[in-house]
Amino acid sequence: MTVQKLPIAKAINESLRKAMETDPKVLIMGEDVGKLGGVFRVTDGLQKDFGEGRVIDTPLAESGIVGTAIGLALRGYRPVVEIQFDGFVFPAYDQIVTQLAKMHARALGKIKLPVVVRIPYGGGIGAVEHHSESPEALFAHVPGLKVVSPSNSSDAYWMMQQAIQSDDPIIYFEPKRRYWDKSDVDTDAIPGPLHKARTVVAGSDLTLVAYGPMVKVCVEAAAAAAEEGKSIEVLDLRSMSPIDFDAVQASVEKTGRLVVVHEAPVFYGAGAEIAARITERSFYHLEAPVLRVGGYHAPYPPARLEEEYLPGLDRVLDAVDRSLAY
Amino acid sequence: MTVESTAARKPRRSSKRTGSSAGKAVADPQLVQLLTPEGQRVEHPDYDVDLTPEELRGLYRDMVLTRRFDAEATALQRQGELGLWASLLGQEAAQIGSGRALRDDDYVFPTYREHGVAWCRGVDPTNLLGMFRGVNHGGWDPNSNNFHLYTIVIGSQTLHATGYAMGVAKDGADSAVIAYFGDGASSQGDVAESFTFSAVYNAPVVFFCQNNQWAISEPTERQTRVPLYQRAQGYGFPGVRVDGNDVLACLAVTRSALERARRGEGPTLVEAFTYRMGAHTTSDDPTKYRADEEREAWEAKDPILRLKTYLENEGHADEAFFASLEEESETLGKRVREAVRAMPDPDRMAIFENIYADGHALVDEERAQFAAYQASFATESDGGFAAGEGK
Repeated sequence: MTVQKLPIAKAINESLRKAMETDPKVLIMGEDVGKLGGVFRVTDGLQKDFGEGRVIDTPLAESGIVGTAIGLALRGYRPVVEIQFDGFVFPAYDQIVTQLAKMHARALGKIKLPVVVRIPYGGGIGAVEHHSESPEALFAHVPGLKVVSPSNSSDAYWMMQQAIQSDDPIIYFEPKRRYWDKSDVDTDAIPGPLHKARTVVAGSDLTLVAYGPMVKVCVEAAAAAAEEGKSIEVLDLRSMSPIDFDAVQASVEKTGRLVVVHEAPVFYGAGAEIAARITERSFYHLEAPVLRVGGYHAPYPPARLEEEYLPGLDRVLDAVDRSLAY
Repeated sequence: MTVESTAARKPRRSSKRTGSSAGKAVADPQLVQLLTPEGQRVEHPDYDVDLTPEELRGLYRDMVLTRRFDAEATALQRQGELGLWASLLGQEAAQIGSGRALRDDDYVFPTYREHGVAWCRGVDPTNLLGMFRGVNHGGWDPNSNNFHLYTIVIGSQTLHATGYAMGVAKDGADSAVIAYFGDGASSQGDVAESFTFSAVYNAPVVFFCQNNQWAISEPTERQTRVPLYQRAQGYGFPGVRVDGNDVLACLAVTRSALERARRGEGPTLVEAFTYRMGAHTTSDDPTKYRADEEREAWEAKDPILRLKTYLENEGHADEAFFASLEEESETLGKRVREAVRAMPDPDRMAIFENIYADGHALVDEERAQFAAYQASFATESDGGFAAGEGK
């Protein structure tokens, strides 16, 4: 067994390295991914070892990055493209939505688009505008795309392996403020399915569902609630498309209460979808309405206000209390 | 008899002719032309083709059959068999000339109007009609003929072509890739980005712009202040304007650009200067934005007529050839007509097919719900409740 304690950024780096060693068709593309190793150093050292032909510094044009990745995929390559920051993905949104997501269906299944789009996302790093957003719902809403986000280093490693091996286009959201959080990665493990949720903390009074950067906050909330005698179950969704509704349902039917937490704006967010589905599936098991904790219907605020905007421990606990009060 | 023969040549009428030391005139170097609208072979200092009479007749046949197919599709739309049709009328030379320049291992990324190129690639014309009938969004296997699916979002495919060409280069292959687009698409950011990417990576791609003068109702003047072919210069690769109604010039220029790509010298922009003789699509009404006189002026430059004149004048084709081709055209029209009318609606469960290669839990769930919903009508149909719902 090979277990290492790695930061999330390094786990992704190791996963990319492994994929490139295993499959010569795997390419990395993006702005500054080569010599610099990416602005977050996620691709650090890969160009040195695999060459400029496989770790490709691209022109500064996101639509061009995704559009040419599609062409490379049609030629038999498996591109992993980096969008430098969440708020910069929109020039590529057209290519992702109108082409990448739909081309397999357009061809009635005769061609495949194994493209991974990596997007560092979320706030909490004190950045300027467009560097702190959580646009996952905009991608999860699109048929043909799959959307995942790891919350820890082991998932970061294995979910990237699985995303690259998948024949479907996958949007891989990286929780950028957790890039430097270390946890164990077993590179010899046999990973579970990519699109299954994981129970992080077991509990019996209420279910907290989160993914990516908010999993850590929810685990802390569960610990704080435990001190007050409340037993909170925390589910790491891992995949926002598809969503493992069976896992959420099973947990809710045990606890009777559900709070969904994400950084993205609550309005039309993943929480809305989960609340609606669980209300349909588990109506008679619910002791309280499904509550949501997330961003407001406001542009992501300037850095000095982001702690007010981001759902922190207290806001999660407030929702837990409101749910338990029913 | 060869292409060079002057035995049956009519007196030259081209105003662009400047001299004829070798029995051919020299045309305007700004517009590569090898066959004038009057059917005269002219010389160009950089481009030429040397075709046998059989090859010339082949190009003529391609254009005639493509036009016949196109006319049939327009008629089928009028008859309600197709929801929409995007006619290529007037652009046959641009498409056949460039299409016949390709090798089998080259790869084509078309718009939604490249019916002539599809013909050259051996794509069955009836395959093109599924999306216009509304039974699929394309559906043919792009890899069977190295002819990608029609792309409707304007300009998107130029990036796919560029990426594919980058892959060709990585593979060390000497194939080339060709991306079709139009004057309207030249304003799209994706086209600009494809120029940038292909230039910096020296990708083996030919950008074939059919400037048909109109982007629905907007003239080329609304897209550009410079001739489109000149845009290439700013990206660091050559651009050339070719008479898009001259199948010989289109063949010569595209061949040259493809060869350049194969030699590893990077992209070329070809602007085929042509005219959309019909409406943008069957839903469009060009009388609202352009004058009949303009169309009439272009009619005199018809791509098929000029080659016919040349074939006749050179004695390369006889009455029997034209009669036989006429018959073949009608047979094609009939085959297309019958194939479209026989084209079944897809099974309703096709909605849920091929969305993902590796499956998706939500799709599975919704497919099952939809099937159960449909099945609920079947069980109640005894009472006639769902007579209109069954298939």
